Order: sequence, then structure tokens, then C-alpha cells
Amino acid sequence: MESDDSNMYREHILELYKEPSNYGTIKNPTHQKTGNNPLCGDEITVQITVKGNKVEDIKFRARGCAISIASASLITDYAKGKSLNGIRSIGSEKVVDLLHIPISPVRLKCALLPLQTLHDAIGMKTEGKNGTARNK
Amino acid sequence: MRIDNSKAKELRQDFPIFSSRKNLVYLDNAATTQKPEAVIDAISDYYKSSNANIHRGVYKLSQEATEKYEASHKQVENFIGAGNNEVVFTRNATESINLVSYGFDRTFKGKNDIVLTEMEHHSNMVPWQQFAKRNNLRLKYIRVKEDFTLDYDDAEKKITDKTAIVAASHISNALGTVNDVKMICSLAAKSGALSLVDGAQGAAHSEVDVKSIGCDFYAFSGHKMLGPTGTGVLYGKKELLEAMAPFNFGGDMISKVTYEDAEWNSIPMKFEAGTPNISGGIALSEAIGYLKKAGMKSIERWENDLLKYAMENMKNVKKYNPGLGKSAGILSFNLDNVHAHDVASILDMHDVCIRGGHHCAMPLMNKLGVAGTARASFYLYNTYEDIDMLVKGINEAEKVFRR
Repeated sequence: MESDDSNMYREHILELYKEPSNYGTIKNPTHQKTGNNPLCGDEITVQITVKGNKVEDIKFRARGCAISIASASLITDYAKGKSLNGIRSIGSEKVVDLLHIPISPVRLKCALLPLQTLHDAIGMKTEGKNGTARNK
Repeated sequence: MRIDNSKAKELRQDFPIFSSRKNLVYLDNAATTQKPEAVIDAISDYYKSSNANIHRGVYKLSQEATEKYEASHKQVENFIGAGNNEVVFTRNATESINLVSYGFDRTFKGKNDIVLTEMEHHSNMVPWQQFAKRNNLRLKYIRVKEDFTLDYDDAEKKITDKTAIVAASHISNALGTVNDVKMICSLAAKSGALSLVDGAQGAAHSEVDVKSIGCDFYAFSGHKMLGPTGTGVLYGKKELLEAMAPFNFGGDMISKVTYEDAEWNSIPMKFEAGTPNISGGIALSEAIGYLKKAGMKSIERWENDLLKYAMENMKNVKKYNPGLGKSAGILSFNLDNVHAHDVASILDMHDVCIRGGHHCAMPLMNKLGVAGTARASFYLYNTYEDIDMLVKGINEAEKVFRR
């Protein structure tokens, strides 16, 4: 099974799950949001510091599965240094691309929660496809 | 009938899904069960040979459909020990509970609160939260102890003569705990409160006698007990169903209509407005027939055997279960540092279906301090081999995350 192409649990995903990048908190973030996936009870808080229209720092804390933690790790890395418009233009296909694993529609919801919460944090209206984000 | 491993294998053959998916290990029975051929046939037979609307036509075909649909009410009454006209068909347990909550709006005088338990499914919590808001009542919750059973001392303290309604699950879908609903309902009765038992798991996994439980209402779903989706039941004591107001109005539920007003039909029609799920109701009767043949006591015993085997073989997991003798065949668990979704995904690669998540009991999960749990839940057609596959999958998950 481990060599199976359909396996989502590849080495790079598991490593990100065990040691995610950008895990933690920012003292005085300019933007922050907590999002959750009502299907599974997963929760993520994304904090960012925007300076001169650029994401200077980004951190997250989450209670989630390997897929959502790996996704949060990848997307926060990707977002760092980008302009707000640059972040707004990140689409769900980018998440799938960054994860680089075959992913079922159900687990896609787990993978997209971090991006959606990031979008909510900068006040972007989202399609509300995967769960709801709320203030906390 | 005594169910053992070979009998379970034999029963499996009555379920077409296991022949169309040879490797399927289905352990999500608390969510919904598979359907025997007899139930599937009852649906298509109805449409092939008995289809007509009920309670309307004077022609034979309609009468026949009406008789079948009414007979299935009788079958349900008989199955749970209810009296004549004490069973209303709904879409599911959720709708049954909502029906009661709307039926008693603005009827409580001098009452302050509603008592639920901390282990309730959202379907036996959210309707009461809304009811409490509409009726200006406070919610109180009977505590769940460290051993995953209810704190009955706490129940005695919380249920008082100021309590309007006590609603509790018979069997917890998240923990497997079998609650002493008889005791809870007697506390409610002594305090002059209405009692409702959420029997979504109870009716499916244990022998139920509503008169012996002493509940005012008992709600359950057909699809969790071999019946079709979209079928549910509300049992209510006759005098209470008579006192209760309908909340769905229209055809079939009236006895007389003028341009100004209407009078209600007798029970159960008063609560079954519009054309109901006739084929589903008839097929539910077939499902109950199947369960009766197997015997609810035998099912309870077999689930207990499976639970024991699972407990013994699932060594390296944290279990959220009160233990043998206090639990139905529902086992929630977690692997250290592995999310329930990941466990479920890895098991799915072995065609093992379990649930991973909060089991529609988010407040309970918060109390337990987990985002969710993985949950395996058994039924009469499960075998020791199914559990072997479950254990194999869990070991695999462990290996994947420890490497």
C-alpha cells in the first residue's frame, strides 16, 4: 500500500504534519481569523502582519488532520512576502498543486480550510464551499 | 436465532451490497446500516404492483396501499411495545424530535428549564436550544463522567419541578454508552416534566419497550435499522399526542376544512400531512420483520461479542467507551497524534468504512478535549474478520505516522 500512487500519506506530507512551518502565534497581528470545518471539527487560526501592502509575517495554529496541517504549512510559506492582491489571487488549484498528492473530494475540504481562512483574514469574500470561517 | 461468526456470514448474504462489493468492510452502522434484499424489494414491489396514493382512492389499488402503510404503523407499534395509534411516521429521528419541540410551544407554565445530557447528538440538542429561546427556558445538562457514563446523581439534582422537558439519548452514537433512560424518565415523571428519548441508536441496537422505559416520547430513524432513508418514527403516549399541536399543515391531517378554519384528523394522520413516504414506510416494516426474525436480544449479544473482540485486539488506541456491559457495539477511539480523519482515510484504502469526526456531538468532543474520534460501529452482519481488517488498518495507520 505504501508504494500505491493513490496514497495521500507521502513522506513530505507526514513531515509537514510533524514539523509544520510557520506554526505559532504573532503578538500583534494586523489581521487574524479562526476558521473551522463543521464536518470534522477542525479549527485553524491564521495571523498575519501586513506592512506596506506585503505579508511580512504569517503564522497559524490548528487542530486538524495531516492534510490540513500540511496544507496550512505550505500555503503560509507560499503567502509570505506576497502582496494582498497576490494572496487574493491564490486559488484552490494552487493548494492541490502545492500538496502534490492525489486527494479525494472529501479530503479537499480539509486541504482548503487554511487558504479559505487566510482569505477571510484579509477580508475577502469566499464561496463558503468548505465550512465557515468566523471571528474569534 | 443465535448469531455467531458463521451465522453473521450467512446473514451477510441477504445484503446485496456485500456481493457487489466483495471486499467491503462496513463498520459505520451508527451512521446508517446496509439494507437486506427484502427491504430493497419491498420498495420496488410497491412501485411495481401497489403504487397509489393512500387514504384517498375508493379503488382497490389505493385501499391496498393504504392497508400496507397502516399495517407498517402496526408493525412498528408492536416492535417497540406501543399501544394503538401511538406511532407517527416522520422522515427521521431529527424530524420526530422537532415535531415534539414545536408541538409543545408556549404550553409550559411555571417551568424554568430543559434538561439534556452532555452526550446528546446535535439532533437532540439544537431543537431544544431553539425551543428554550422561543419559550424563555434555560438549558441544563446532565454531566458525563470520566468513565463515559451519565452522572445519575447529577440527573437527580438537575431534574426538578421547574423542569419542562427532559430529553436524553438511549444509546450514545459517539460513546456507545447505554443510558438508564428508565431512571431518567422516572425522574422526569416525578417532577412533572415531559420526557423524550432519542432512540436513533437505541431502537437499532437494543430491544425497546417504550412502556417499560416509561418515556412520554421515543424518536428513531428507519435507515439506522436496515430500513430506507427518509423514514422515521415518533412514539408518543396517546394522551400527549392528542394534546400536542401539529406543525405541518395540509392534506390528510384534517378532518374538516372550511374557508376559515380546520379541524385535525385522528392520530397518526394529524401529524402526517401531505403524501408521505409510502414505499419507505412499507419497506421499514419489512426491515423490522427482518430484525424480529434475527431477534433484538441476539443482535445485542452478537454486537457485544464483536465489541469484546475489538477491545481485545485494538491495543494501542485510546478508547472512549464505558466498557462491556455498558456499551452497544459502538467504539470510538483515537491513535496518539493521528487525526481521526487520517485514520479513516488510511482504513478506506483497505475498503474499511469507519467514521472519523465529531459524530454530530461537538460539545461532547470539546469536553473530551479532542477535535473528533474515529468510530467503528457494528451490526448483525459484521464478523470477526471485519474487525481483523480494522485492526490491520489501524496498525497500518500507526506505521505510516511513526515512520
